[in-house]
Amino acid sequence: MPAATLTVNGKAVTADVDPRTLLVQFLRENLRLTGTHVGCDTSQCGACVVHVNGRAVKSCSILVAQAVGANVLTIEGLAPSATQLHPMQEAFRENHGLQCGYCTPGMIMTAVDMVNRIGHDLDDKTIRHELEGNLCRCTGYHNIVKSIAAGAKAMAAGGGVRRAAE
Amino acid sequence: MYAFTYNRASGLRQAQNMIAKLDEPKLLAGGQSLLPAMKLRLASHANLIDLGRVEGLAGIELKGRSLLIGAMTRHFEVATSPVVRQAIPALAQLAGQIGDPAVRHMGTLGGSLANNDPNADYPAGALGLGATIITNRRRIAADEFFKGMFETALEPDEIITRVSFPLPKKAGYMKFPNPASRFALVGVFVCKRGSEIRVAVTGAGTAGVFRVGTFEEALKKRFSPKSLEGLTIPADGMSSDIHGSAEYRAHLVGVMARRAVAAAVG
Repeated sequence: MPAATLTVNGKAVTADVDPRTLLVQFLRENLRLTGTHVGCDTSQCGACVVHVNGRAVKSCSILVAQAVGANVLTIEGLAPSATQLHPMQEAFRENHGLQCGYCTPGMIMTAVDMVNRIGHDLDDKTIRHELEGNLCRCTGYHNIVKSIAAGAKAMAAGGGVRRAAE
Repeated sequence: MYAFTYNRASGLRQAQNMIAKLDEPKLLAGGQSLLPAMKLRLASHANLIDLGRVEGLAGIELKGRSLLIGAMTRHFEVATSPVVRQAIPALAQLAGQIGDPAVRHMGTLGGSLANNDPNADYPAGALGLGATIITNRRRIAADEFFKGMFETALEPDEIITRVSFPLPKKAGYMKFPNPASRFALVGVFVCKRGSEIRVAVTGAGTAGVFRVGTFEEALKKRFSPKSLEGLTIPADGMSSDIHGSAEYRAHLVGVMARRAVAAAVG
């Protein structure tokens, strides 16, 4: 396979990879961006959610070859700077939206995608329904839902979303 | 995954040539069923042919009395398209219930139909609406397309390009999702177009999606949930597994059909 070239968190990256390489493997093993997690590896749990061309996808269920030329945004690319969290990250911290933290990167990437698609005023029912593809085994979801509702509002209040350059 | 060679097709003709030339070819659309199956080594193919960059395979267009949807159109696009929501709201609603948001961003109409998973939603929509599956070679009526579990009328070198859905007068889809997988434990699509009534069931049958003639006859008299009261289908031929017995599924077909008609007339 020819070398894979794509944009990850605003930077062009290239790598020679086995055709079998999944996007999540490429991110974690080639780029050492280990914020994107592998939970179930069977596309159920959503720990591996990243944005590809501005849309949430499960990076364990897409080949890096399919993402050639695409703009990929991972949890590492979300914060505006090294000292400032993205409003959705901040909302998870404020509302204790995590316990062990394993599902959190996927939850946050799904939450930001949710806001991008649906808007800033999200009720609990909508949030819970939209979280269908993200599993958390610790929190019971309650604080995750609270975090997303708060993060969505905070994003409206000026904490813009940094998307991969399009 | 077992090793394979990745091939990217940039056009339909090229994809056809690849199928003809390559050893053990398999078309890759959104990959939301194929890749998980390959990862589990339930499937192995020497060559994947990625249709993701083929021009003109995605898109939604209303043409006369038919809604044309490109094979590579993602579920998310169908679910949120104002054109689909206006023309066949039940189809938009069906697409919005497939998998989860991330899966809907990748999964495609053509991929779902070609895979013909016995628990998938789109086969019920296509059969229920009496769609025509358009390939690089011919047009196949939905009634002729689905040939049993994971089996279709597609030839090995055939590629779905578009699906034509004739506009219904009324249509509804009701799904009882498997609580874990969100696939349809039972899903029923009902449609009325003039005097034509169609009732298509997914998730329940051992041979995949099927129509229920007795329900269709009853609904011809009056297209109302009341017409289906007391009607059931036999448990013979229903799937039976840890998620539900054949009798349970047969019962659910009646319940979901009544709810689908109620949604269609509501």
